[in-house]
Amino acid sequence: MRIFLNGEPTDVQAHELAAALTELGYGDAVVATAVNESFVPASARQATALREGDRVEVLAPRQGG
Amino acid sequence: MRFYGVSLPSRLMLGTAQYPSPSVLAEAFRASGAAVATVSLRRESGGSGTGEAFWGMIRELGVRVLPNTAGCHGVKEAVTTAQMAREVFGTDWIKLEVIGHADTLQPDVFGLVEAARVLTEEGFRVFPYTTEDLVVAERLLHAGCEVLMPWGAPIGSGLGLANPHGLRALRAQFPDVPLVVDAGIGLPSHAAAAMEMGYDAVLLNTAVAKAGDPVAMARAMALAVEAGQRAREADPMEPRDMAAPSTPLIGRAFLE
Repeated sequence: MRIFLNGEPTDVQAHELAAALTELGYGDAVVATAVNESFVPASARQATALREGDRVEVLAPRQGG
Repeated sequence: MRFYGVSLPSRLMLGTAQYPSPSVLAEAFRASGAAVATVSLRRESGGSGTGEAFWGMIRELGVRVLPNTAGCHGVKEAVTTAQMAREVFGTDWIKLEVIGHADTLQPDVFGLVEAARVLTEEGFRVFPYTTEDLVVAERLLHAGCEVLMPWGAPIGSGLGLANPHGLRALRAQFPDVPLVVDAGIGLPSHAAAAMEMGYDAVLLNTAVAKAGDPVAMARAMALAVEAGQRAREADPMEPRDMAAPSTPLIGRAFLE
């Protein structure tokens, strides 16, 4: 299935968000997630199904002003 | 000084962006004594560990973090970013930016008020990056904000306090609301001027990070903020147009 990960077309086998993050190498990284512009809390990742073309954002702490 | 019931030991708030290196950032924070660090969220690649490394360094500073919604141009985008930041940084504090103009980075105050209302209802403690407009300030307070952060000048410009009259009016209008000059500070004298006006704190980033010696500038800013604050507490004299001799006239010798 092809999704858009941080704007880039990306193929994943997994069908839900938590498994997709593991597959994509995030492991236990401190990240926040959104699917199709809506926040998905960490506690809801396992129950969040992914569909073809979904836009997944994975964000992490960075420098800011 | 208290923000949302939290007492802070310093009136300087410092950004974490644009430093020449992580070690200079950490040293600048130590030199500044800043009590709050602003941070952001950006896209992370799988397995990179970039966010983890940065977050570990910030936690070692031992300061409070204030995540921002920098770069957000709409209400939904800003609200979603705030929700993501709350989970990652473990704080309900959010520096709310809803940017309205690409060149000046001035806030879209209409979107700002709406986003502040939504986030307050969701339990966030909102620090809105706003203008010095009194009506907008009133709306933000009604939306639930208990702190206001008017700009001094456009972000990263270093121009100082572009509208001192407006900033003074805002201070006078809301004597009991914590007010922070956020953005536009370029020199310690700008920071001192904001504090002399009665502002509660100053938030800056570029002025320190882009100085030739960021650590020395961080220290200079800390001293300026403290000097301005102490001057305010000392109740400064009123300026006057004509001279008034400071040396007594009585007892003056007649030597003509």
